[in-house]
Amino acid sequence: MSPLQGCLLLSAALFSVGLVIALARSNAILVLLGIELMLNAANLNFIAFWRFHGGTAPATGVIFVLFAIAVAAAEAAVGLALVIALYRHQKNLRLQEATRLRG
Amino acid sequence: MTFTFLILAVIILGSALAAALRPNLIHCALLLVVSWLGVAGFYLWAGAEFVAFAQVLVYVGALSMVVLFAVLLTRQSRAELRVDAPETRRAVWAVIAGVAVSGVIGTAVFATKWDSAPVTAPEITVRGIGLELMGAHAAALLLLGVLLTAALLGAVVLAAPDRPEKEEKS
Repeated sequence: MSPLQGCLLLSAALFSVGLVIALARSNAILVLLGIELMLNAANLNFIAFWRFHGGTAPATGVIFVLFAIAVAAAEAAVGLALVIALYRHQKNLRLQEATRLRG
Repeated sequence: MTFTFLILAVIILGSALAAALRPNLIHCALLLVVSWLGVAGFYLWAGAEFVAFAQVLVYVGALSMVVLFAVLLTRQSRAELRVDAPETRRAVWAVIAGVAVSGVIGTAVFATKWDSAPVTAPEITVRGIGLELMGAHAAALLLLGVLLTAALLGAVVLAAPDRPEKEEKS
């Protein structure tokens, strides 16, 4: 198994764990953290390809990951603000009970 | 495929899996911080030092604090830190989905013919990254600044309490 394959498998496993957390847990904060894990797995893939696959420009992978981290930070800030707004409305964070917009 | 890589993989996946199983919300958040630290270690191992430090600053430093604040702001008693165990049916389907996704990706990884020629590590310095960011990616950098500002303003607006109704002026 080459290093690239190892990195890709690690990233796939991390993505799956994030997916399981996001799907199985019912707490809004935990779902958000699962999504962050999936984003991390994607960044891991960028770095793996940058390091082990060769390319044209030497900095492309790094810059891609830096932008992705910044966007992930913005997403987390807005997501946690939404969590706090949700808590203010229904006094708990259970996603099953957040059904106000159901038609 | 080195020993370091295996240890990093065990740390990353182990703490993430433990976070998926713990019932206590604070334990989950802290275990995920460990997982993010492991990812930063992976970046160091792969030779992307600048990204590793950015990961430590953004995730381990800032994001974990924001998450812990959110956890502490949205509870009323100590008992509320325990999250209910997921319903069995949903948990089973979630695990099936996770296994299916990793199975598909794993098969694809092994089925693809990769370039087997050994690749030399790309030479990159912090100076080089800075020149790239200010040169070819300057517009994207500016847009990112605008995005972060808008996201922070939006977060403040979302999280701010509704203004209490003004008393009727007599």
